[in-house]
Amino acid sequence: METDTITAISTPIGEGAIAIVRLSGPEAVSITSKIFNGKNLQEVDTHTINYGKIINPETNEIADEVMVSVMRAPKTFTREDIIEINCHGGMTAVKRVLEIVLSNGARLAEPGEFTKRAFLHGRIDLSQAEAVMDLIRAKTDKAMNVALKQMDGRLSGLIQKLRQDLLETVAQVEVNIDYPEYDDVEEMSHEMMRTKTKEVHAAIEKLLSVAKQGKILREGLATAIIGRPNVGKSSLMNTLVQEDKAIVTNVPGTTRDVIEEYVNVRGVPLKLVDTAGIRETEDIVEKIGVERSRQVLKESDLILFVLNYNDVLVEEDEKLFSAIEGLDYIVIINKTDLAQKLDLDRVKQLAGTRPIVSTSLIEEEGVDVLESAIADTFFEGELDTGDMTYVSNVRHINLLKQASNALEDAMEGIEIGMPIDILQIDVTRTWELLGEIVGDTASDSLIDQLFSQFCLGK
Amino acid sequence: MTTYNAGHYDVIVVGAGHAGVEAGIAAARMGAKTLMLTLNLDMIAFMPCNPSIGGPAKGIVVREVDALGGVMGKVIDKTYIQMRMLNTGKGPAVQALRAQADKTLYMKEMKSILENEGNLTLRQGMVDSLIIEDGICKGVVTETKASYFADAVIITTGTFMRGKVLMGNVEYESGPNNQRPSLKLSKNLEELGFELTRFKTGTPPRVISHSIDYSKTEIQPGDENPKSFSYETTEQIVDQLPCWLTYTNEFTHKVINDNLSLSSMYSGVKRGTGARYCPSIEDKIVRFSDKPRHQIFLEPEGRDTEEVYVQGLSTSLPEFVQNEIIKTIPGLENAQIMRPGYAIEYDVVVPSQLWPTLETKKIPGLFTAGQLNGTSGYEEAAGQGIMAGINAAAKVLGKEPVILDRSQAYIGVLIDDLVTKGTNEPYRLLTSRAEYRLLLRHDNADLRLTEIGHELGLIKEERYNSFLEKKQLVEEEKQRLSKIMIKPNELVNKVMEEANAAPLKEAAKAYDLLKRPELSYDSIEKMIETNPELTDEQKEQVAIQVKYEGYIKKANEQVARMLKMEDKKVPENIDYDAISGLATEAREKLKKIHPLSLGQASRISGVNPADISILLIYIEQGQIARVAN
Repeated sequence: METDTITAISTPIGEGAIAIVRLSGPEAVSITSKIFNGKNLQEVDTHTINYGKIINPETNEIADEVMVSVMRAPKTFTREDIIEINCHGGMTAVKRVLEIVLSNGARLAEPGEFTKRAFLHGRIDLSQAEAVMDLIRAKTDKAMNVALKQMDGRLSGLIQKLRQDLLETVAQVEVNIDYPEYDDVEEMSHEMMRTKTKEVHAAIEKLLSVAKQGKILREGLATAIIGRPNVGKSSLMNTLVQEDKAIVTNVPGTTRDVIEEYVNVRGVPLKLVDTAGIRETEDIVEKIGVERSRQVLKESDLILFVLNYNDVLVEEDEKLFSAIEGLDYIVIINKTDLAQKLDLDRVKQLAGTRPIVSTSLIEEEGVDVLESAIADTFFEGELDTGDMTYVSNVRHINLLKQASNALEDAMEGIEIGMPIDILQIDVTRTWELLGEIVGDTASDSLIDQLFSQFCLGK
Repeated sequence: MTTYNAGHYDVIVVGAGHAGVEAGIAAARMGAKTLMLTLNLDMIAFMPCNPSIGGPAKGIVVREVDALGGVMGKVIDKTYIQMRMLNTGKGPAVQALRAQADKTLYMKEMKSILENEGNLTLRQGMVDSLIIEDGICKGVVTETKASYFADAVIITTGTFMRGKVLMGNVEYESGPNNQRPSLKLSKNLEELGFELTRFKTGTPPRVISHSIDYSKTEIQPGDENPKSFSYETTEQIVDQLPCWLTYTNEFTHKVINDNLSLSSMYSGVKRGTGARYCPSIEDKIVRFSDKPRHQIFLEPEGRDTEEVYVQGLSTSLPEFVQNEIIKTIPGLENAQIMRPGYAIEYDVVVPSQLWPTLETKKIPGLFTAGQLNGTSGYEEAAGQGIMAGINAAAKVLGKEPVILDRSQAYIGVLIDDLVTKGTNEPYRLLTSRAEYRLLLRHDNADLRLTEIGHELGLIKEERYNSFLEKKQLVEEEKQRLSKIMIKPNELVNKVMEEANAAPLKEAAKAYDLLKRPELSYDSIEKMIETNPELTDEQKEQVAIQVKYEGYIKKANEQVARMLKMEDKKVPENIDYDAISGLATEAREKLKKIHPLSLGQASRISGVNPADISILLIYIEQGQIARVAN
């Protein structure tokens, strides 16, 4: 019957001890296996619960430590294969897991779709048919209305504009194809296509980065503190934590040793990650090697890199610099109360455009500067929550990512010189994906565009 | 009314235009005893508008008709005066052939095919009404009082139904080119409860060749190595005639603007809907007033005639204004009009009244095809004609109906659009109407459809065997290329250099090298010592399948998703009023269209995903209930 696999967060939105991401469909098990580090789920017995980690296969980043229930058809709610991923409570982990599941082949379930499938497979009594239909009718229409209403007017305006840009591009390609002898319209070139796709791609990426900012406001900026032993990492941590004791929360996971602490720095919520490691003043680079640590660090939105003013720059520091190259970081030169031994010019050279802040944490000096540097790094000094076009809906983010990928395919094709009409397939796909965000998938608009834009015919 | 019994046939085809001839031949060749009635035997497969066949999307339809065993491709291959491959600078999916036809030869050739078709009877006659018994179509009655009986009737009467020619304030009842219009049949259809609408199309004036000063125009020659539409054609016509290009200018536009109120289209009288893609010259000038000029192509209507078709000048302005317009165009200053242009308005059967087999929902046994269904173009007509012929014969012979889906053929796109969405203007196929354009190529029409044509008995064994051979050779060659490693050496890098490609640094599979846009099959061939003997066509097929593999794969995945929905059939006896939860608009549309599958239902405008979910549940509920019983 239904042959695709659907997924959704199945626990109520909000704080709870655990949150569940559920998958249903023929690929539920295989999709989860791809992203699960633990037992081979393809081989485990049905109706078992299995411990492991959810990994993003693209980056090898760990998303969460989880318990996975494997329930094979037919003895399940939907009578399809079902997987339930039990994540840690709170929205961060569960959303991250959902995103990974989505990008590995599952489709976001429509409202009521699990119930619908349960019904379709005869799991629910026939007399409930009408109730299910009403549910879908109500939920779908409502969800659509709510989603559209929730959507920022500026966001939908922006998406419409991008779509119009793409539509005009596509129409021009189409007119070249369907009316090859029509000489009034310029032949769409690779160069024009490149400019257009880059423009739209940049705009979509910007929306996604704004989405990330929105996410940060809601969930906290994953922040790692790194540096050689004894440079003042613990002091920095304590300073930041002491600044805002009221919202410090210790969330020791029942089975994990990573401790996350939340602090608020000038309106930017920081989620200090891997603090256990810092407490033990272990150098993660030394511990797990540059390559591996880089992957761990990539999980962070911000890295606070602490150097000792009172010590010379050693190879280890240089290694750390190379480990965080390309990431967002702030260099903190600590212990300025002591004598200078650090080669500041070299530090500046290594840090490039990244901010460098001098502190003496023991004397509580430079903390202000550090805090504004943190706020500036992420919001470029323009943090104004009221004036941002937020993309917060997972469905929207998912579609934007797909649109971005489709455009990247087009851009790749442009570089290797694929014919324009082939490239246009990906551009049209982008247009359709953006259309799904604003609820417009009318396929006739292209033909209307064609005839209003160009004077065609014999 | 007393009529005489003129005999019984399996299938009757009314009309012998581009839809009619394909319908008649397909039905006859499938084994149905077929009668073809036309009101003028001298006008079989006449081209009342431009003397050309093919072009983007349309040219691919001709190939598809040919792959199914139709005749349009073969006949144009024998009678063209010019052949061009269009869009050669673009990807393989959009390349298409277009031929300029010798109109008279084309008709002659087509008539001779019909005359020699064993199972087909060709007769002149005007059909006035249908014989309906118990709501089923049983035959036709002609104006000469002949009753012909049949188990299936296909109407392909084009623009003849209550046709009206318009030119300035001159208007008269007429079929195209002053042929007799079909007045009674249209009325009969209306009485039977069919919804009809009025469409309009137009044609430009023709001028006499020796009055044209070609030195003021640009020559548009045919291809040096012309290709053919039909997979069976082996000989090309080398002696081709050129077309010529000229332009309108500010003087032309002034004459038109000054006389706009005289155009029957702009006189304020409400008229049938014209097509946006086939606008009259007055339309172009009104809607795109900023354009300083429009292209005018001069196309010969044949080898043995002086008549030249003035493409781009379709008009319903009065004759005397047409004379004025012509004089303003470079090259045509002294041109003499032989026939003036005119617009024609005609009845159309609203196509949402048809099943995807082209049988009418209202009257079993009655099929309609071609321009009568609201399309425009000879190719669109031929595509529908062959499908109507196949399905009428299938019905009579007790075979399964044939419905092509949107990933199989442009013909599938065309018919699905017509019966699912309807059309509010004459429908023309455009490549942009096809979601899976990359799969619906000129080059692979045979791979898509020959199998079907063969199964229906429309493709002869000899051709089928050569098709199978080609298919196998292409597969084998792809296999071979995927096993050969090309190592960088002097010869290889010389070939790379010739192709403007960067020199090869590491060994690579021949298959992967062929994927590079700058390397052709010929280049790869040169890098390998021994190669199989393949025809150009086979090499092209290998190259396309390899080069666009990734894109083709992506398209195939989309198709698989689409087909899943197509496989979910809607029961014939479904009662949409009994389904709670359907939105009112969706309910009305579903009742009208009666989609055969959930896929088709989802393409109806006004039916949204929630309605599809509800429909799905309803259908599954029925199945579960049956299982439970």
